[in-house]
Amino acid sequence: MTGVETSKTPAVLSIQDLRVHFRTDGAMVRSVDGVSLEVSAGETVCIVGESGSGKTVTAHSVMRLIPTPPGRFVGGRILWKGEDVVQMSAARLGRMRAKEVGIIFQEPMTSLNPVYTVGDQIAESVCLHEGVSKRIGLNRAVEMLELVRIPNARRRISEYPHQFSGGMRQRVMIAMALACRPQLLIADEPTTALDVTIQSQILELLQDLKAQMGMALLLITHAMGVVAEMAQRVVVMYAGRVVEEGSVEQVFANPQHPYTRGLIRCIPRIDGTAGSKLHLPTIAGVVPNLALAQEGCGYAGRCTSASAVCRTVVPNLIAHEPGHRAACVLVESGAGHIAAAPKF
Amino acid sequence: MLGAIVLMVVFGPLLWPVAINDIDFGARLQGPTLAHPMGTDDLGQDLLARMLYGGRISLAVGLAAMVVSVLVGVTVGAVAAMSRGTVGTSLVWLTDLFLSLPQLPLLLLILYLFRDTLAASLGQEAGTFILVTCVLGGLRWMSVARLTRGQFLSLREKDFVEAARAVGATRARQTFRHILPNSASSIIVAATINVAEAIVAESTLSFLGLGFPSDVPTWGRLLFESKDYLDIAAYWALFAGGAIFLTVLCINFIGDGLRDALDPREVRV
Amino acid sequence: MFNFVLRRLLIAIPSLLGISAILYCILAVAPGDPFGDLATNPAVPAEVIASLRAKFGLDDPPWLRYAHWLLAMFQGDWGYSFVSRVEVGHLILQRLPTTLFVVGISQVLAMAVALPVGVYAAVRPYSLFDHLASAMAFVGFSLPTFFTGVLLIMLFSIQLGWLPLVYQADLPETGWAWFAAQIRQSLMPIMVLALFQCASWTRYIRSAVLDVAYLDYVTTARAKGLGEFKVVLRHIVRNSLIPVITLVALQIPAIFGGAIVTEQIFRVPGIGSLLISSILANDTPVVMAVTFVFACLVVGFNILADLAYGWVDPRIKND
Repeated sequence: MTGVETSKTPAVLSIQDLRVHFRTDGAMVRSVDGVSLEVSAGETVCIVGESGSGKTVTAHSVMRLIPTPPGRFVGGRILWKGEDVVQMSAARLGRMRAKEVGIIFQEPMTSLNPVYTVGDQIAESVCLHEGVSKRIGLNRAVEMLELVRIPNARRRISEYPHQFSGGMRQRVMIAMALACRPQLLIADEPTTALDVTIQSQILELLQDLKAQMGMALLLITHAMGVVAEMAQRVVVMYAGRVVEEGSVEQVFANPQHPYTRGLIRCIPRIDGTAGSKLHLPTIAGVVPNLALAQEGCGYAGRCTSASAVCRTVVPNLIAHEPGHRAACVLVESGAGHIAAAPKF
Repeated sequence: MLGAIVLMVVFGPLLWPVAINDIDFGARLQGPTLAHPMGTDDLGQDLLARMLYGGRISLAVGLAAMVVSVLVGVTVGAVAAMSRGTVGTSLVWLTDLFLSLPQLPLLLLILYLFRDTLAASLGQEAGTFILVTCVLGGLRWMSVARLTRGQFLSLREKDFVEAARAVGATRARQTFRHILPNSASSIIVAATINVAEAIVAESTLSFLGLGFPSDVPTWGRLLFESKDYLDIAAYWALFAGGAIFLTVLCINFIGDGLRDALDPREVRV
Repeated sequence: MFNFVLRRLLIAIPSLLGISAILYCILAVAPGDPFGDLATNPAVPAEVIASLRAKFGLDDPPWLRYAHWLLAMFQGDWGYSFVSRVEVGHLILQRLPTTLFVVGISQVLAMAVALPVGVYAAVRPYSLFDHLASAMAFVGFSLPTFFTGVLLIMLFSIQLGWLPLVYQADLPETGWAWFAAQIRQSLMPIMVLALFQCASWTRYIRSAVLDVAYLDYVTTARAKGLGEFKVVLRHIVRNSLIPVITLVALQIPAIFGGAIVTEQIFRVPGIGSLLISSILANDTPVVMAVTFVFACLVVGFNILADLAYGWVDPRIKND
């Protein structure tokens, strides 16, 4: 069920109705409950949602980095250039990771192995995938560090992670992920753990690298501001499902799903036009407990426009306009179309 | 099972009428029979009675040694963590020093040197009991101290302790009312394991012939005595050793269970 | 790195001093003249007593006595055994290799088993292997060494008659036969020591690996496309080794203690049984010297462990 497609370039990544569940003490948590999305070559797609929406699990699933004792792929497919990642052999998966798809994580402080030098860690993936000697691997490490704008690269490849600051470590992670020139980079909240000035540097670096290397970028975030800055297309997730998707202009100009609208309204504005000058707007309520089966729309509990049908029927993704879909009964009925959201 | 063992050793001697020192050469080295459910030793003494009596001592020593080591350890660890400057550092150095001491040799040495004097002044059993307990406790407090110090150090900087400081709580008050209760769970786990170790240590001492005097039938001593008769009286060694093993097993089990219950860090996949 | 080594060595010296001080205090505090019953022992010649008294400077102030004793210790002048009249140093050197042999092999064996078992159990937690391994480790570690020794004797020497009960220092065989006989007689003491440590270490290694296995950098390693085996070996185990080394170091004193017990049971002529026999025979110089040797062994191995730790963890090395 691919729905309406507006991108002209072929999709390199196609997630189709993915379902990933986790077995915890007693309960089965439905982290990802039917997610479909596509990324085309060279495109930047942002997945946005709050904690618990399933965005990280979706991202990690692309490279099958979900630990499978507690996690289980219950349904759906993840097609990377036509091959289903879920069914891939371990050998093929090993060749795909880092060589075709790279990933950087949220916590640069703990994502690097403390007992190996930075150079060794970058060279490790180069040597593995390209079968070259350690010396060549280290040379590539130097190149990559220079690419991510770390000064004194040649000296720094012999240093250990604890000798780098947080922002620098994230750059090292980026260098490591891109060392084998993958076609897709997955960035799981890469700036959440960094302070604001570093954040913008990292995001800018990602933009430049993407342009330089012509790769696609799947960016996970919970900040709408980051989405506005980086994305070409947006996928909004809530409680394990996609609730809205479209180009960034479409979604920001005309958010269809009440949740998306809520998110946009929550962006703090310096002129206070989004709400009163004294209170930051919020979305009331909390994410539903994903261990319990969801009846109806997952957002119904917090939605100000919810009706009786919302609690019984799971809404499908309906196109509001070409390339822009939302999973809400209001879109279906056409009653959800409200005039423009706040301008930026 | 531990409960059963404890009950047996506490109440057993009251119920089993045979005296531990009843020498009966006629009944030497018999296997388990109705009159002597655990058999007899080379002097015809009833093993069950001796086991029950010995059990009391072994358990008592274990507990007492644990109390000593926990008291010393917690005090040292707490003081080391809460004081700044040289007191703290020197206590840490002292702990490390004691940790490098060869325990068993020292235990043996001290017992050898002091056993007779203490026995003379306080009576055989009591004297040895106090000596063994103090020495065992005195050489086992270090891990408790380290643990306590580590716990205290991390708790000391926590917000709720700082809040207490901010309202003027003295260090003593901070320690007792705030930090100590929070470290209690790890200390309890350490204490449990300590009991098991102490029991094994006491048995080892007795086994080597250097624990309690030879007529006191602690389990280690019984095993020692059984050593020369392994080929004809295997049951003797099996009962004695088995008792130690089962007790230690149960205590370790409880300790492990406590740790699982109280330590949230354990990964649950 | 050199600084690190130097620092560690320097720290060891006060430790040794401290230990020797404690040792000496114990003897000094001990009631009665340590050589009191010596004087009445007709077997001991007067000149031995005199030299001992001089060496121990029994009439000097305590600190002077301690200094003398310490100096003598470090010079290797350890006096003469009361019982055998052999120079103590000589006695110890005779026996030390046996102890080191048994302890050394048993620990290597223990680690060789504990490491793979512990790692595998942790990598497949709650699997059948893990449950079995953990249960066995638990039992093994609750079995006191002397009981294990007794059980092994009962099984292998008495019931099956495969292995000799008593260890002989001078085996009559030569060449390969000697080698085989040596293995046969050391097998049980080695097994006893190895079993206990193996059980204890398996539990700890499993726990240390579990602590590391779910950390972020392991996911990063997988994300680089490394095969599971390589991930475990290069990333997980390498990092878990750090706390394991600390544990091994801390357990060295206990291991030597365990050796004392096994030497008693199997009558292995090592320094452990020397200690016991000299205690029982009131042979003070030997007791002092052996205890001191034990202390040196412990401190020595602790230094080794510290060095290994510094080598394994770059965060320490570079500070």
